[in-house]
Order: sequence, then C-alpha cells, then structure tokens
Amino acid sequence: MTLLVYAENREGKFKKATFELLSYAEELAKSINADVIALSVNEISPDELNKLGHYGAKKVVSVTDEKFALLDNKLYTSMIANLVEKENAEIIIFPDNLTGRALAPRLSAKLKAGLVSGVVSAPSSYDPFVIKKKVFTGKAFADVKVSSAIKVLTLSQNSFGIKDPSGDTPQIEDFKAEAVSEKSNIKLLSVDKITGKLLLTDAEIVVSGGRGMRGPENWNMIEELADVLGAATACTRPVSDEGWRPHDEHVGQTGKIIAPVLYIACGISGAIQHIGGISSSKVIVAINKDPDAPIFEVADYGVLGDFKNVLPELTKAIKEIKGS
Amino acid sequence: MKILICISDVPDTTTKIKFTNDNKELDQTEIQWIINPWDELALTRAIELKESLGEKIESITVINVGPAGSEPTIRKALAMGADNAIRVDADPKESYFVAYQLAEAIKSRDFDIILAGLDSADYNGASVGGMMAELLDMPSVSAISALNIENGKVFINREIEGGTQKLEAQTPFVAIVQKGIAIEPKIPAMRGIMMARTKPLEVVAPANADCLTENIVYELPQPKGACRKFTEENVNELVDVLHKEAKLI
Ligand SMILES: Cc1cc2nc3c(=O)[nH]c(=O)nc-3n(C[C@H](O)[C@H](O)[C@H](O)COP(=O)(O)OP(=O)(O)OC[C@H]3O[C@@H](n4cnc5c(N)ncnc54)[C@H](O)[C@@H]3O)c2cc1C
Repeated sequence: MTLLVYAENREGKFKKATFELLSYAEELAKSINADVIALSVNEISPDELNKLGHYGAKKVVSVTDEKFALLDNKLYTSMIANLVEKENAEIIIFPDNLTGRALAPRLSAKLKAGLVSGVVSAPSSYDPFVIKKKVFTGKAFADVKVSSAIKVLTLSQNSFGIKDPSGDTPQIEDFKAEAVSEKSNIKLLSVDKITGKLLLTDAEIVVSGGRGMRGPENWNMIEELADVLGAATACTRPVSDEGWRPHDEHVGQTGKIIAPVLYIACGISGAIQHIGGISSSKVIVAINKDPDAPIFEVADYGVLGDFKNVLPELTKAIKEIKGS
Repeated sequence: MKILICISDVPDTTTKIKFTNDNKELDQTEIQWIINPWDELALTRAIELKESLGEKIESITVINVGPAGSEPTIRKALAMGADNAIRVDADPKESYFVAYQLAEAIKSRDFDIILAGLDSADYNGASVGGMMAELLDMPSVSAISALNIENGKVFINREIEGGTQKLEAQTPFVAIVQKGIAIEPKIPAMRGIMMARTKPLEVVAPANADCLTENIVYELPQPKGACRKFTEENVNELVDVLHKEAKLI
C-alpha cells in the first residue's frame, strides 16, 4: 500500500506547500505502515527531485512527457489514475490550491474515491477513516467519514508544518503514461506570469489592505511592509472590484481562502465575508482607526490609528530588528 | 450555443453558523438561502453573453439538485434571466452524490458549455464541477476568470498557481468559474420576477447514487482571546511582542 503526493513545482523549484504535503503524508504513512510516493510533472532537476526524498518520499515518479506541459484536468486525471493503480495507492494528497482543486475532484470521481478538501489535520481514526476539514468558509469545521477504500485529500496550507529534511535520497523513476492518448480540448494562447513575487497562497506572512487605504497610491506603504517581512500582499473585495489591486489578491469568502502564520489587516473593517477567508490565520494583526471596527474582534493584536502613521513606523521598527 | 449553469443554494454569506442535535446538524432556523455566489456570477456572465450575442446563445438553463424547498433559489435564477430550469428532486447529501445526480440528468441533453462555481459557501467541497465533468467524460477547465465567445470560438482566462493563462477551449466542456467571470451579480428586475413565475421548471427523479463521505460532527472554532491593543505611539512595542513573544518576525 502507498500514499501518493502531488508534488507541485513553480518554475522548476518545489514549493514549500509541497514539503508540507510530504511531511503530512509521512506522518500518515507511519500510522498505516505505507510508503510515500511523490509525483512530479514536467522537467525538473535531479537535485530538486532528491529534495522530495529528504522530506519523506521513498520514491519519486517523474512525468516529463510533452503532452502534460499544459495543465489539462482530464488528461492529468487519467495519468494520475493510471499511477494510482500501478502503485496501489490508497490515499492521494493534493495541495488545497488551484491545482489541487482542478485535479482532486476529477480523480475522486474517476476512482470513485471519497474526497475531503481543505483538510486541516491528520485523520483522527483510520478505520473508519475520519478526518477534519474546514466548512462554511472557515466559520466551522467538520469531521468527515470516508467510506471508500481509496481516499483523495487536499491539505489546507500551513495546517501541518514542515518537518526537518532528514530523509534519504529517493528512488527516481520515469513514468510514461502511454495509456493517456486523448487530445486536450484547450490551446494555450498566452500566459501572464506572476514573477518575482511571493504567491499569496504560499506565503507565511500576508499584508493586506482594505478600502481604508483610500486609494492605490497608498499601496506603496503596504508593499514596503510586505518587503521587509518577506510577505505577500492581499486585499478586500471592494479594493479589487475598484481595480486598485488585481483580482488574484482578493481574499475572503468569494476570493481566496488563506491560512498564513501572520495576517496583517490594514484599513479593513472585518466584514464576515472577509473574515471567512482569513480566520485560519495563526495570528491576526489589525490596523484601524475605528475602535469599534469588527476586525478587532478576531484580531490577536490591534493598533488603533491611522495607517499613514502606523505603517511607516511598523516598517521602520521591523527593519531595525531584521538589521540587528 | 446552449449554456447550462449548475446552481446550489447556500446560507447567506452573513449567516452566523450554528449547529443542533449534538453538533451533528446545521441549525437552519435563522438561515436565509441564496444562490451560491460563484454560481450567481456564472449565471450573470451567461446572461451578459446572451445580451451581447443575441440568438447565438440559444438557451440558458440552470440545474439544481435539491428538495422542493430550493425552488425559491431556482426562481431567482430564472428572474435574473435564465430561460428554463431543471431540479433533480433529491437532498444534496454530499459532493459525489450531487455530481452523480447532475451527470445523470445532463447526459441525455445537449449543452455546449456547462458552468459550475469553483467552490460552494456551505461545505466547501470545491468539487462538484470537476466530479461531474469526469462522470460525463467531458473536459473541464478550472478557476476561469473570463469567458468570451467570438465567431463561435470560446476564449477563456484561467488562473493557475503563479499566473493567468489565456486559452481557446473547444466545446463541449465544463467551465469551473471564479471571481472575475463577472463582477457584480445581476439583480432581477420586476419584469424578470414576473416572467420567472411562468418559465419552465422541470423536476426530474433522482438516480440511484452512492455517498462516499459523511459529515459526522461539526465544531466551531475556538473563541479568540481578547485583542491586545496598541496605539500609534507604541507601535514599537507591538513589533517587540511579535518578535520576542510570538516569534513571528
Ligand atoms: C456575497 C458577498 C460576498 C462577499 N465576499 C467578500 C470577500 O470574499 N472578501 C471581502 O473582503 N469582502 C467580501 N464581501 C464584501 C464585504 O461585505 C465588505 O463589504 C468588505 O469586506 C469591506 O471591505 P473593506 O474592509 O476593505 O472596506 P470597509 O468596510 O469600507 O472598511 C474600511 C475600514 O478602514 C478603516 N479606515 C478608514 N480610514 C482609515 C485610516 N486612515 N487608517 C486606518 N483605518 C482606516 C475604517 O475604519 C474601516 O473599518 C462580500 C459581500 C457579499 C455581499
């Protein structure tokens, strides 16, 4: 029996979320006496592939066929289903991000394997298989029982942590997926890549601005703070609706749901729809000039004040710490 | 071109979630039900396309798996501008069950684009669209933030981890949509509400489907401790706390 982990890379480097997935999978594997296998799609250096072993994979299956250059949900699913069968995988784990959400449901239906998305911890029992997930956009949790033999999970980021990379060099194997012969229904016309910027869903620290920031011209203060912290930037829905910030930064019930270690909310009132997207953050810091703003009800720390005064101070003080 | 939109009804986004029966069931007493926000945007986009392309969009159909109690939500979709509706008469127990019901109801019909929301605001399965596509053996594209039709060709933008891709997609396919596909949901006008009453709503019997998962018990997050407040004058202290106590920076 094995556990299969979808090891996602970005521009040839494995993401932190991938290492967290492997750390998580290894923990499960110990409990059920199974091995962890990592699947890597597209060309990637052997050094990088070895890292997957350090974080817990016994074996790495590498798929480099041209037909998987573009993410096609249907083709990828067929390929992964073939691999599940070949490796006798019983639990398949994806990141709870755009990629995982594209693939996990299809695979679940193809294998008739129960899917639990947005899992936040290891199973509380294996027989029956019971595991905790987020529901109602972060407003509650559910214990879900899965009755099928094979299970598909997507793991919520920053919910488990990353173990020390002490594992051995993995066995690396190519997988040809010859059985997948269909043609894709999509043709790539152009790509708009986010380069040199930390992705919101990967970030451990997120600095976020709301309508209280007054306009896009004040975002340099958000960006400077994010810079010194090595953080990603986010915003509320009205901010992206107004076009002050791109849509991919919109956080909340109808945008991205994130779970950073530290979330800094600046000029954000704390509407219930926004909180839904950030309530799993470990620590929330709010900066707001209204002492009655609801954001203070969910914040661990708050600064009552004008962002124009608070943000530069904050950036300066953090720079001093980082410098020392 | 025929468009189908899968809609589910979910608690209003401002709902305070509570449970009953030893935390085994959602307390529905004070819940207002709305169209899942992503589905509402999908429908809005379909209506926009029809407004700009006219007869090239032959029909806009909505489909829902739910008991008779979800008909107000379906009527709202008709009032927004869908032409007709299908309701599969079953309790939407879990994602696979729902996807199966949808696939069974859809497979004998003919649609070019089937739209589904990326996530649902209730159990956050983020799964029905993809599962349904697989059960229909149809391609699917996820996280679509723009959809246009030009000379019968379908162009989409989809968000991937680390960027946005512009794609041309062959029909039929399942389009799993997110924010951006439309910005503000269409608000039904009085005329639409009147017309919705007489638009066709077909009720179909459910298929025999399995459930693969079951939510056995719910819990609410731990209440937060009191917020520790700082002022403009002592931001330094906050940074100190974050650094030394919380060890976050
Ligand atoms: C169906 C639905 C879905 C939604 N989904 C989302 C979602 O996913 N994400 C989301 O964010 N919203 C969502 N919303 C919108 C949500 O209800 C709120 O309107 C929105 O979150 C408010 O954004 P905001 O906090 O930026 O703005 P506001 O509510 O206007 O708050 C601005 C805050 O800034 C403070 N402020 C003003 N000036 C200053 C200053 N100089 N210094 C410091 N503080 C200042 C004010 O005190 C205030 O608290 C949704 C709404 C609906 C109906």
